[in-house]
Amino acid sequence: MTPFTRLDAKAAPLDVANIDTDQIIPKQFLKTVDREGLARGLFYDMRFDTEGAAKSGFVLDDAAFAGAGMLIAGDNFGCGSSREHAPWALLDFGIRCVISTSFADIFYNNCFQNGLLPIALPRDQVKALMGEARGGNHVFSVDLEAQTVTSPSGQVFAFEIDPGRKEKMLKGLDAIGETLQAAGDIADYEARRSLDQPWLEVAA
Amino acid sequence: MSGKTLYDKIWDAHHVSRDANGETILYIDLHLIHEVTTPQAFAGLRAARRPVRRPDRTLAVADHNIPTEGQALGVAAVADLEARAQLQALERNVADFGIEFFPMGDPRNGIVHVVGPEQGRTQPGMTIVCGDSHTSTHGAFGSLAQGIGTSEVEHVLATQTLRQMKSKNMRVTYTGTPGPGVGTKDYALALIGKIGTSGGTGYVIEYAGEAVRALSMEGRMTLCNLTIEAGARAGLVAPDETTYAYLMGRPSAPKGGAWEMALGHWKTFVSDPDARFDSEIAIDVATLAPTVTWGTSPQDVVDIEGRVPDPADFEAERAEAIRRALDYMGLEPGQRIDEARIDRVFIGSCTNSRIEDLRAAAAIAKDRKVAGHVRAMVVAGSGLVKDQAEDEGLDVIFREAGFDWREPGCSMCLGMNPDRLAPGERCASTSNRNFEGRQGRGGRTHLMSPAMAAAAAIAGHIVDVRTLA
Ligand code: SF4
Repeated sequence: MTPFTRLDAKAAPLDVANIDTDQIIPKQFLKTVDREGLARGLFYDMRFDTEGAAKSGFVLDDAAFAGAGMLIAGDNFGCGSSREHAPWALLDFGIRCVISTSFADIFYNNCFQNGLLPIALPRDQVKALMGEARGGNHVFSVDLEAQTVTSPSGQVFAFEIDPGRKEKMLKGLDAIGETLQAAGDIADYEARRSLDQPWLEVAA
Repeated sequence: MSGKTLYDKIWDAHHVSRDANGETILYIDLHLIHEVTTPQAFAGLRAARRPVRRPDRTLAVADHNIPTEGQALGVAAVADLEARAQLQALERNVADFGIEFFPMGDPRNGIVHVVGPEQGRTQPGMTIVCGDSHTSTHGAFGSLAQGIGTSEVEHVLATQTLRQMKSKNMRVTYTGTPGPGVGTKDYALALIGKIGTSGGTGYVIEYAGEAVRALSMEGRMTLCNLTIEAGARAGLVAPDETTYAYLMGRPSAPKGGAWEMALGHWKTFVSDPDARFDSEIAIDVATLAPTVTWGTSPQDVVDIEGRVPDPADFEAERAEAIRRALDYMGLEPGQRIDEARIDRVFIGSCTNSRIEDLRAAAAIAKDRKVAGHVRAMVVAGSGLVKDQAEDEGLDVIFREAGFDWREPGCSMCLGMNPDRLAPGERCASTSNRNFEGRQGRGGRTHLMSPAMAAAAAIAGHIVDVRTLA
């Protein structure tokens, strides 16, 4: 996983609440067996018509937001399906940070598995950032070590993040490798369980 | 010190270790997998040359993208080449890693959340995961069941554990006795309408109260299934005699002496009387009417006698969201919900495709006819549900009424297979998500109970099932 320390990038405002993962990436893009190439499906129904022709007006397709690395969205971003294709598509498009007032649990978790930073801030701060993002071509900064977002006008907002998740993001650690260091504990647990709950040892 | 909740007890019983940052390594008892959220996980294992730690605690099904006809032909029945490749990847992965698999066409196959309980794999006090958000369904047995993403699927395959921070405890108590035509789907929609789709974020919800105790396992599964739509990752119902009666004799339930031993273990999984919850909500089911959704979020609920909202009655921000939803749904502000004419009916999905759901729908369909302009389909949750329904003659009732009787799978719940809505089509659906485009691009979904969906098929518009029964 690519470490995340600091990000200086344009931010695209998407002022819609309850954006679910079906909207982030619709079902027809879930048939892939790869993680890459999903940018073409990102926000597909908002960006393309039924014939597949580009619609005008979607913020990420606006030249002023070309190359945006952040998204500032309405409440409850990422609700619905557990599809990890949602963070994969955002990352493939170049988005490395999403700011909202709240995130659905599974989506939030999936972001951290992939080095996409979800930042939850109070509503007035999200509104302020969204206001500054409109019009584009402004650079926002996120400093994960310091846990701050700095707006183009210099407003600084602090955000909360769980220390374990922060460390993994900063170092780009592989969660599986880390857990396997506790393989001895896992084996001990299994040995205890096979005595306490022997019925679970018979092939399911 | 106050007592422990059911969630606390399951959590503690699966604690393997904790790292310096407070993250717990939680042991996983049962891992269910399917074709859509696993190919990248197996690719990750291969790249790192890692084995599957407990193939014996893992079960695979094919459900999300399979067609609902011609399943006996196997993957040859799948016209969509990408979907076919995904199913073939699953076949290869389970063979290479030694995982048990119910392939398409096997009567034991079906929607993952119908299969686990039906086989007796889902048991009280367990931790269960699956790369699917509606894994919450299995909480009906008093097991901590959570949806995970593909990276976590890979993590569980490799380590049989999940790294997690503990959630908060919420208890939702349903009191009273429901009136006619009111069931668990209405209980769940009422809760989501009340707390919103993010109201449960960060919580595990335990359902309690006399109205929950009175429910069958099918009803409890519907309730726990919809927990994720309230933002909570898992729902729980403490196990009781109803649970044990359901499990006894199922293929993977313990037998003989092991059953007695398991029963003693399971009975410890209830919240202590003095356990404290971080949040409490009470709903009197006697006050509920049959409930449907009008908008594009499961929180957009209205009772069947009600009207869709008028944006003029709300402050600017909410008004805009309502306007957007009404526009997408093709509804007039303030119109009566029972005047909405429908084109399609879908009875199925992991929310409502079990035998009890099909019986409830068949009771309404019996000796009636689907309205001429409506296309209605019934998709059983598994091959075994389908077989049982056929033994009971439900398929005949549905066919005679003009419903299409299909083979099992997720089907039009998410439309990854050929079953989907055309743009603008309005559907009465027993599934769980009415998001824009969920059942097909431009499709308009109204969520409701199986009896209400069957009633809508007959009337040709959304209708109060109590006027038909
Ligand atoms: S029936 Fe629908 S909600 Fe349930 S697992 Fe299948 S796609 Fe997901």
